[in-house]
Amino acid sequence: MGAISTASLPDIVFMLLFFFMVVTVMRETELEVELVLPQASELTRLEKKHLIDYVNIGPPIDKEKYGTEPKIQLDDQFAGVTEIQPWIIENRKKVLEVEIPKMTTSLKVDQDTKMGIVTAVKQQLREINALKINYSTTRRSRTGAE
Amino acid sequence: MARREVPEINAGSMADIAFLLLIFFLVTTTMDTDEGILRQLPPPVPEDIIVPPVKERNVYIVLVNAQDQLLVEGQYLRINDLKNGAKEFLLGDGVFADFALDEKVPQREWVRKAASSAMLDQAKAYVNGAKDDKIRESYQKEVEKWERKLKTIELVGEYKELPSSALISMQNDNGTSYDMYIQVQNELESAVNELRDELSLEKFGVTFYDLEQLANDPEAKDTYRDKMYAVREIYPQRISEAEPKNVGTY
Repeated sequence: MGAISTASLPDIVFMLLFFFMVVTVMRETELEVELVLPQASELTRLEKKHLIDYVNIGPPIDKEKYGTEPKIQLDDQFAGVTEIQPWIIENRKKVLEVEIPKMTTSLKVDQDTKMGIVTAVKQQLREINALKINYSTTRRSRTGAE
Repeated sequence: MARREVPEINAGSMADIAFLLLIFFLVTTTMDTDEGILRQLPPPVPEDIIVPPVKERNVYIVLVNAQDQLLVEGQYLRINDLKNGAKEFLLGDGVFADFALDEKVPQREWVRKAASSAMLDQAKAYVNGAKDDKIRESYQKEVEKWERKLKTIELVGEYKELPSSALISMQNDNGTSYDMYIQVQNELESAVNELRDELSLEKFGVTFYDLEQLANDPEAKDTYRDKMYAVREIYPQRISEAEPKNVGTY
């Protein structure tokens, strides 16, 4: 058998490359808070990414500048609790009206955060009728299961 | 001048460059699917609403303090035991038989075929006699409710239902850690899901999770959906949170 020509190898690799460039999404936002998600077993996978708003809560990565207290990150900047409702309203404008009730707010909260700040965020969401929420977690098996 | 030969570019390293670019994209981009515990928040309650008192036995109270300790129905409980405690509560005094009456768990009520048929006929009569659309709508909901119950009886036999006021209520402190909050929510939900799995396996031969997948398939037969509703009818998911107090500004 003669030597196999590898002349087309770069072509194949470029095809793979284009595939990844098209299918995947560049990470939109730089995470500014430390996030270790809790583990849970009763999970649902979220579909329809364009209908999900992400709220990150955790201690800032840059502790010298921002301190150690947990902060809320909406999209790519820190925000206070009072800025959540306007942010939700802005996100609703980007979506078809029929789809607004299907919008979900995914809360990605560091596991050591105290509930006070999370409860405050939830109260804000309730007031503006953004009732579908998701507590983002990683997966583990059910307690007591083999 | 002699024409110089244009040296050919060595294309051997093109593959290497392509691999490097590929690895770059693999690393920086994400196809990640978010997963977690899905919840529906209750709409905000106006402050002057008076909550009617509920029988103590019908509410499973879970309290979590700032030290992440659990006080369940007045007793200290470890997180690993919460699921079994909640399962006991939800079983009440039996679903298909009358267990000995325990004062601490809800008393389920028999849903009998004859009585349900009668209620269905009555509701249908009200729908027909309804004077305006709004009243007709509310009676129509009654009709659907009793049809659902009769369908459940058809699929699993006569059963006992939880009182409508029975629920699991959780209250956490502002200092509770998020991890413990999630673990409590997870264990309570796993109690409901385990009971549903057990019932579904016993009556239909599939776990409740598989039943849900079958029912949500758009080409599924209606029977799967009815079976799913039947299991939900017997073990409804009623996990609620008490109104938070002292929510500070952040």
